Amino acid sequence: MHRKVRTRITVVAATSLLALTACTTDSSIEDPPSAEAAPAATEAAPAESSDEWFDQAVYDTQDEQRSATFEGDPAQPYLQYIDGAMTDTAAFAAEGPQKVCFANASISNPWRQTGWITMNEQLKALQDSGVISEMETRDAQDDDNTQISDIDYFISEGNCGAFIISPNSTAALTPAVERACETGKPVVVFDRGVETDCATSFIHPIGGFAWGIDTAEFLSGKLQEGDKVVALRILPGVDVLEQRWAAAERIFEENGIEAVDYFTGADPTEIKKIIADELATGDVQGVWMDAGDGAVAAIEAFEDAGADLPVMTGEDELSFLRKWEETGIDALAPVYSNFQWRTPLLALEKIFKGEEVPAEWVLPQSPITEEDRGEFLEANEGMPDGHYAKFGGEDLPGYPTVWQERQIP
Amino acid sequence: MSAGQTNRAASGSTRQVLLAQNRSSRGERLLRFIRTPGGAVFVLLLALLAAVIAANPSFGEPGSLIRFIGRTAPIAIAAIGQYFVIASGEFDLSMGSVVTAQVIIAGNLIGQDESRAVPVLLLMLVFGAFVGFVNGCVTTLLKVPSFIVTLGTMLALLGLVMYWTGGAATGNPADSFRQIGRGGIRDVPLVEVLPYPLLILVGIAATAFWLMRRPFGRALLAAGDNPRAAALAGTPVWWIKTRAFMLSSLAATVAGIILVGYAGVHPSVGRGYEFTAITAVVLGGVVLGGGRGWVLSAAAGAFSLELLFTLLNFLGVESTWRDTVQGLIIIVAVAVAAQTWQRKRRGAPPPTLKIPPTPPGTTA
Repeated sequence: MHRKVRTRITVVAATSLLALTACTTDSSIEDPPSAEAAPAATEAAPAESSDEWFDQAVYDTQDEQRSATFEGDPAQPYLQYIDGAMTDTAAFAAEGPQKVCFANASISNPWRQTGWITMNEQLKALQDSGVISEMETRDAQDDDNTQISDIDYFISEGNCGAFIISPNSTAALTPAVERACETGKPVVVFDRGVETDCATSFIHPIGGFAWGIDTAEFLSGKLQEGDKVVALRILPGVDVLEQRWAAAERIFEENGIEAVDYFTGADPTEIKKIIADELATGDVQGVWMDAGDGAVAAIEAFEDAGADLPVMTGEDELSFLRKWEETGIDALAPVYSNFQWRTPLLALEKIFKGEEVPAEWVLPQSPITEEDRGEFLEANEGMPDGHYAKFGGEDLPGYPTVWQERQIP
Repeated sequence: MSAGQTNRAASGSTRQVLLAQNRSSRGERLLRFIRTPGGAVFVLLLALLAAVIAANPSFGEPGSLIRFIGRTAPIAIAAIGQYFVIASGEFDLSMGSVVTAQVIIAGNLIGQDESRAVPVLLLMLVFGAFVGFVNGCVTTLLKVPSFIVTLGTMLALLGLVMYWTGGAATGNPADSFRQIGRGGIRDVPLVEVLPYPLLILVGIAATAFWLMRRPFGRALLAAGDNPRAAALAGTPVWWIKTRAFMLSSLAATVAGIILVGYAGVHPSVGRGYEFTAITAVVLGGVVLGGGRGWVLSAAAGAFSLELLFTLLNFLGVESTWRDTVQGLIIIVAVAVAAQTWQRKRRGAPPPTLKIPPTPPGTTA
């Protein structure tokens, strides 16, 4: 966020300076630049960009994992995992409460904020039971460089008993995570991944391809060949988001569904404009989103234009679930399990006891369908719109007020 | 013959020409207006509209056209606000952040409680005026360049928003409040619905037009053209400019109120508004550095800009090109405007003045 703002200021300043100093030109304002660019550029561009993120082997694995059986109690999904290689942690067994250092990418979207609240409640529970003495957190505010220096600070001065890292981006953070591993302390990575398996445990839900398969198959099943889907994407370059679209785009293509994708930055003004323009050029039968932030704006754009509401996939954010119920649209809410924010601390509890943990801790990730929707809405009554239905903190001490009042530590 | 006499003679003949111009027929005056940058933008607007409709005929239906105007209204309102500041010779870069801050204020303070709508609305207006007042006072009394002052305000407000929200969306305010930006008068013949933002825009444009014809408007242009001369002539320049900043922030506030209805609460709402507003104003032929330009041309600039983006979108040009286009527009428009106005400033009669007041054939 911060970096983006600064770039823009530079652009504004530079352009304005240029503008102020410009003196002569023969151009007329009546021929706007680049108006004659080739049409159909949008159709051609995404194909190459998603190929870059498509990995058949990972796709197949995640496709299988969608129907895999998970070890553990389904009432505690944050502790469930798919059977696989385990890390022996006997060397990490420790006496007494330990200090944990958490390098967080950011809390700049409702999903991360919900998870962050849940994590802090889990922390309180573990502090009460004497497992953890304190958790020192550094928020990188979506900046790779900040997070790298945060991790290096923890290594040199943090006096940490263990590290939790939620990486901001995959490639850039890999060396810093490796340095943390070299300290010989347990390292738990969750959410986005890094390109090393040195971590004691890497915790994540099934993944982006599974999301893409769930959503695109749902839309393809509801729509006819030749129907149009508008894909609203948050931003480019983040693996978990890119994989969602890489899978979905492929499936749309196989089913003969015309899909156009846009980057919106989750800005509702932008989303409304995109949908309004799409509806002005022709009918839109479906909306696909790579994250639910802004889903309500998308539905409102159809309402404002007086068009038939689309078949849609959003996310388990309550604003979407509520709008879905209110409008009665045909929809699916894929879930990027928010309860994963509890798991790193619980993994450390096991590690400090010397119990083995999955090397790759794959958590369940199952979408909310129309049948389950009522149940989740009821369970989360009184929660704000930015809350996530599958946050998984119902048994923690602060429930429900801490989440209702969005007490962000 | 001394130089002074020559000048007097020259100015005498110029006066005659101007007099003749003012007495010329409506048609001629319109023609002359179109040739200024502030008039050409209306031609551009019509040309772009024709191009968009040619690219996509359904856009020309009254229903979709009126919705387009409704959704562009906040940008036009911001452009009108920015016009006051630019015409007075300053910049307001804090506009986008004011929009964002107001959107967040509305979302957080009103919530689902409809009874709070009116008090919070008043609070937002007071807050908007206050931001403008601070911008204006620091610029004029402390003599800090407005570019820097409003840059500071922009960052300060953004920081505040980030602190308050953590950068994530919060819940939308009550639906009744959102109707200001989303709703409209239903069952209007021909256009189905008359969006409220459109009505607000018309009201603000009319007020701005009226203001510019009042002594305030005259003093504003004088202060922008030559602040020293204006001060010597008895104009309280600091107060004139401060009021321009307040009008700008108030316009941003109104844009924010509309946007929270139209789009909803998100920290990215309002992002880049200052840049879009400045582009629109410049496209409307208003001179950066102040002193010249017509307020309604600024609004027309906003519509032209949005039409251009719509056209690019319909032609399949990727939206990533938008910033480039916007940057080029600023440079081209400023260059064209500078050329035209400079000719006047240097004293050489611009081409329009060469039109003879008497029947063609005789020379002036």
